[in-house]
Amino acid sequence: MNRIDWRARNHPAWWAALVHRVSGILLALFLPAHFWALARAIEGEARLESFLRWTENPLVRLAETVLVILLAAHLAGGLRILALEFLAWRDRQKTAIALSAGASLALGLCYLLNVF
Amino acid sequence: MTARGEARLWLAQRAAGILLALAVAVHLATILYAVHRGLSAAAILARTRGNAAWLAFYLVFAAAAALHGGIGLRTVIREATAWRDRSLDLATAAFIVLATLAGWRAAAALFA
Repeated sequence: MNRIDWRARNHPAWWAALVHRVSGILLALFLPAHFWALARAIEGEARLESFLRWTENPLVRLAETVLVILLAAHLAGGLRILALEFLAWRDRQKTAIALSAGASLALGLCYLLNVF
Repeated sequence: MTARGEARLWLAQRAAGILLALAVAVHLATILYAVHRGLSAAAILARTRGNAAWLAFYLVFAAAAALHGGIGLRTVIREATAWRDRSLDLATAAFIVLATLAGWRAAAALFA
């Protein structure tokens, strides 16, 4: 990628679009795995419990924290897109992006503090 | 797909997105509440089993997530790859139906 192409992309709105797309792909792929794991409850409490004990692995906890941040980021970014498409144009787009990023990271931190 | 069909998919994606904005906010709050209380199967199932209101919430939530995710994946695939014929639409429909059924199965396992 040449310098001018890169300059066109190195912009908060482009990064916001990239985060929304990547988080969307990962969340959509996670969805079937999430449903499969929860459906273990059909096989009884013990089966669900053994799955929950597996999730106590710090690496799994870290992956869960990333998922919570992705979900929060996709929610915040999605609200931004809905506002762009359905409401009148407003200035301060970069402020909206910064607020979305901040809220997502704060939520991830809340999860991390609660889960350990 | 016709332009009208594409427009309908766009609208369905946005309608599901608006519903999901509310559902995901509730879900994130529930996640924080659940992990704060400690995750044990007995405690979770004691809270969830027989709870018809939460069952209804998650049946709608799962279907909206499957629809939103399926249409979103289709959009990304069409933009990033050469796959854009009818087989992609069928694969999208299959993803939405299977993910919805899997979500309903999980919701029934926890809340029914």
